Amino acid sequence: MTASPNQRAWMRLRKNRPAMASAFFLALIVVAAWVVPLISPHDALHGSDAQFSPPGGQHWFGTDVHGRDLFTRVFAGTRVSLLVGAVGAAVSLVIGVCWGMVAGYVGRRLDGLMMRIVDVLYALPSIVFVIVLITTLEGLVKRWLGAVAPGFIPMARMLFLFVGLGAVSWLTMARIVRGQVLALRSRPFVLASQSLGAGHLRILFRHILPNVVGIVIVYLTLTVPAIILYESFLSYLGLGIQPPAASLGTLLAEGASQINPIRVLWWLIACPGLVLGLTLLALNFLGDGLRDAFDPRTD
Amino acid sequence: MRYFLRRLAFLVPLVWVIVTLAFFLVRVAPGGPFDRERKPASPAVERALAEKYHLDESLGSQYLRFLGLKWETGSDGRWHRAPGGLLVGDLGLSLKYRNHTVADIIRQGLPVSLTLGILAFGFAMGFGIPIGFYTAVQRGSWGDWIGSLLALVVICVPSFVLGPVLILVFGLQLGWFPVGLWGAPLQAVLPMAALGLFFGGRVARLMREGMTQSLQSEYIRTARAKGASELRVLLRHAFPTAVMPVISYSGPMLADLLTGSFVVENIFQIPGIGVFMVNSSLSRDYTMVVGLVLLYAILLLVLNLLVDLAYGLLDPRVRYE
Amino acid sequence: MPRADLVVLNGPEIETLDPHVLTGQADGRVSGALFEGLTRFDPVSGRGIPGLAERWDVSPDGRRYTFHLRTNAAFSTGEPIRAEDFVWSWRHAVDPSTAADYSGFFFYVKGGKELVIGTSTNLASLGIRALDPLTMEVELVNPTSFFVDLCAMRIMAVVPRWTVERLGDQWVRAEPLPCSGAFELVAWLPNNRVRVRKNPRYWDAASVRPRVVDFLSSDSPSTALNLYLTGEVDVLIEKNLIPLELNDVLLKRPDFHTFSYLGTYFMRFNVTRKPFDNVRVRRAMSLVLDKWRIVDRITKLGERPTSAITPPGTGGYSPPPGLGQNLCVATNAADRAAAFAANVAEAKRLLAEAGYPEGRGFPTFTYMFNAGGGGGSRTHEKIAVEFQAMLQEHLGIQMELRPVEWKTYLSEMSRLNYDVIRGSWVGDYQDPTTFLDCFLADSGNNRTGWKNARYDALLEQAAGTSEPAARVALLQEAETLLCRDEVPILPVFTYTGLYSYDPNRVGGIHPNLTDEHPVSAMFLKR
Repeated sequence: MTASPNQRAWMRLRKNRPAMASAFFLALIVVAAWVVPLISPHDALHGSDAQFSPPGGQHWFGTDVHGRDLFTRVFAGTRVSLLVGAVGAAVSLVIGVCWGMVAGYVGRRLDGLMMRIVDVLYALPSIVFVIVLITTLEGLVKRWLGAVAPGFIPMARMLFLFVGLGAVSWLTMARIVRGQVLALRSRPFVLASQSLGAGHLRILFRHILPNVVGIVIVYLTLTVPAIILYESFLSYLGLGIQPPAASLGTLLAEGASQINPIRVLWWLIACPGLVLGLTLLALNFLGDGLRDAFDPRTD
Repeated sequence: MRYFLRRLAFLVPLVWVIVTLAFFLVRVAPGGPFDRERKPASPAVERALAEKYHLDESLGSQYLRFLGLKWETGSDGRWHRAPGGLLVGDLGLSLKYRNHTVADIIRQGLPVSLTLGILAFGFAMGFGIPIGFYTAVQRGSWGDWIGSLLALVVICVPSFVLGPVLILVFGLQLGWFPVGLWGAPLQAVLPMAALGLFFGGRVARLMREGMTQSLQSEYIRTARAKGASELRVLLRHAFPTAVMPVISYSGPMLADLLTGSFVVENIFQIPGIGVFMVNSSLSRDYTMVVGLVLLYAILLLVLNLLVDLAYGLLDPRVRYE
Repeated sequence: MPRADLVVLNGPEIETLDPHVLTGQADGRVSGALFEGLTRFDPVSGRGIPGLAERWDVSPDGRRYTFHLRTNAAFSTGEPIRAEDFVWSWRHAVDPSTAADYSGFFFYVKGGKELVIGTSTNLASLGIRALDPLTMEVELVNPTSFFVDLCAMRIMAVVPRWTVERLGDQWVRAEPLPCSGAFELVAWLPNNRVRVRKNPRYWDAASVRPRVVDFLSSDSPSTALNLYLTGEVDVLIEKNLIPLELNDVLLKRPDFHTFSYLGTYFMRFNVTRKPFDNVRVRRAMSLVLDKWRIVDRITKLGERPTSAITPPGTGGYSPPPGLGQNLCVATNAADRAAAFAANVAEAKRLLAEAGYPEGRGFPTFTYMFNAGGGGGSRTHEKIAVEFQAMLQEHLGIQMELRPVEWKTYLSEMSRLNYDVIRGSWVGDYQDPTTFLDCFLADSGNNRTGWKNARYDALLEQAAGTSEPAARVALLQEAETLLCRDEVPILPVFTYTGLYSYDPNRVGGIHPNLTDEHPVSAMFLKR
């Protein structure tokens, strides 16, 4: 029995060496991001007196201005960045796929309206939206959380970043999905299902969605790096994760001031920069591999 | 053709919706344009300031005034339309830079940002297309590996790291280029690279992707079988199809170049309008934010339209309905 | 454009050049080069010296000043400057429709306060009148020893009446712009530069050496540093544009100069919220802040920790000891450690007395500060992190950090929507009241919710006292009440500024407490 297109795609992926190596590396990073802050003898949040010490035996990545161990902080930050990237991408995935599927499937007037809305949001500079979101709603949500679940207050900013970043990246996903659904809608097997009396929801979930999955996964692996980079931009503006917690973005934004001709505490920029760069590289390699694997043209 | 005319017609209401959205969004955020570390001398002064810029009026009234549709009694006691407003092309005074109109600031900064954007666009193309082409043709070789890696690396480094590194190496240590400001051609080199490298990487990858696809197609096999020289095959047959994804990316790319210039303009102290986009949101300069959103919306929508047009003209298979 | 003689990196982009309406220090520098008042700032002392007025007489009771204008006082477009112009200018500044933020300085002038708060609308009631074209008389509410310094403030500058009447709020866009100061405006390009050139009609034009001066703007300290190091900029005059992470290295260079100025970094407690309404809690928290660690490890500009809100040397006033004074005056490491240990012990005792022994039961609260961004320094964040660690370690109380962006910070502070918030104050003139007045019950700059009738009474009494020693005693009593007993605020350190220029190339810049460095005094050494 021949394998389904999806199964064939996975087999192709496994043969792609760089993609598999990247997947392995990413798995390693994820594990490290979870484990290192737990088992490290140093605390990512608390300082010591060893301010600005270069990498050495006690501190593998050196220390920062408060004497905090940079190695622990980098991996704690990686944990946050990956979370922000993953959840943000998931948010953009859910909104984008639903939006695109409905628009593509229903078609005509509703499709036109929905895509016009996408056009409008596309032309609105996201930074305005993000700033307003963070400044306005954060205060409200914190008050509400303070009454309901005070333990979650520090998470509020992170929550907003997830939602906000996801909310500004779903547009391309929606467009892609809609395009794909439009093409699939007139395929014989869909028409056959419809003539057999299958309900719309059933068609959407059983027939259309599996065929959209491939392209969605590809875009997902490209959205995650984009979100992580956008988060680092927000950190540069001072709108990112709140101290004393850190993300790779905030560490990088802090370290950016080390690129000067007077005194370079190189480890403060090189260490987070390298980890971020390698993680993003791996994500991109994996995305490439997935795209090659799921490419319907090589089917 | 009808499709494009329809889209052009849609442009105006679309822009109006965007601008209205921005108008209300930015006023929702806490804090106002005149909040400062030092409070004004008295509540009376604070009130006078708000009155001067009509911030004491209801949001609806301010919106009408912004559009140019507000009627009121003037100092002479007569009922007349309040001066200014979007309908007569008046974007108002900046609330932060109170001696300049929004139009003044845009007029000063837009040419600079556009120049920088176009230069960076050219740089991205000049960097990306050759690399993409080369790595696709030399697929699997060391050259491909190095080229592809280079293209990937530049899209994984944030611009606020890349910019200072370029300044440090080429500006301060080697001294080849000035480290900031704008005016002389040499001053444009580093900012152009800092802004364009990221997009150059994207273009390189798109180009490589496109070339690889194109080289595997039937069309190319036929051309080769007919005995055409390899170079001719590559340039005349493979390249035009391969460059289509790059062209369709140009629209969003130019848009991103224009909106994403904040970091580069900030680091190189370039008098463009990119910095105003972010700073006016942060300083609650309502009029500036709305004016800039209007500008960007028009630019982006027109750009997208032009790109779709180019794409439609170049690729006969694409049909818009 | 050809390069100017002198290029100054002035700070953030200026918002306006109108001397009556401006609020930023960067705006003040450029406007101060273009417009002058009765007095101007002495580059060495930062105090008021004769400007457009060549001399003045003070009445015996200290309330009446008679200013004599120079005969050659004129605008750059040729019109002579007369006493009526000053009268008109000052009335314009207090006119509510001008909406001048700093019109509070006119409170010292008779009739000024009523006009500014709106209880009077008769502009002619302001205590200034022209006796003849070259002489004017100013009547004050109380004898004010620093009134001459106040006259150098931008809001007291003389503006061209006919231009303002013709163009209203946008009069500074007139071309040519009539200027009363050492320079006249050549070009004003937003986010690019402001170019000025020597005003040939200025009364002291002979001593102004630079012919053309450019003011550049930047938000990013690293950019500012790069521009300075490559010689694009001659003087980096804005303190906030020095990359603070490099302080300790920059200080060692001969072209970086530090100076103390009238500014204090402090924290505010919101006394309307529990548990900060309890003075013991505030005192306990104040005592565990290791101020030396902050200035040695974070700010690193050689600032001095302080327990009082008023910096030393403010008009010859020495601030009284506040809470935790022992730590601030300790000179060597051993003394500091001992003082800190004593303070911590006291703090623990106070907290227990307040009902939270070892921090048990103390609610979690937030510390708010504005997050630096866009390449700006993150000093507030770093200080916050340290404070958080100290509170946890010594008192066992949990403080959450809440960075917000600038406008949100201001808005929340004004609304008393915070628990503890970071703050600072820079003095406008060399007298302690520039700091102490902030904490009057009705002052808009108070923003702590703290009201104390005795404090207000002491300050009011001091305002009416002309005998210097008695006045100082009253002010010290007020400050003791504020900084030692009640402590609604936690002073941390007094500011030290840093600016850069090559002393072999540029001269005429002197450190002074008011942080006034008029461009007219600068010159290039050839």
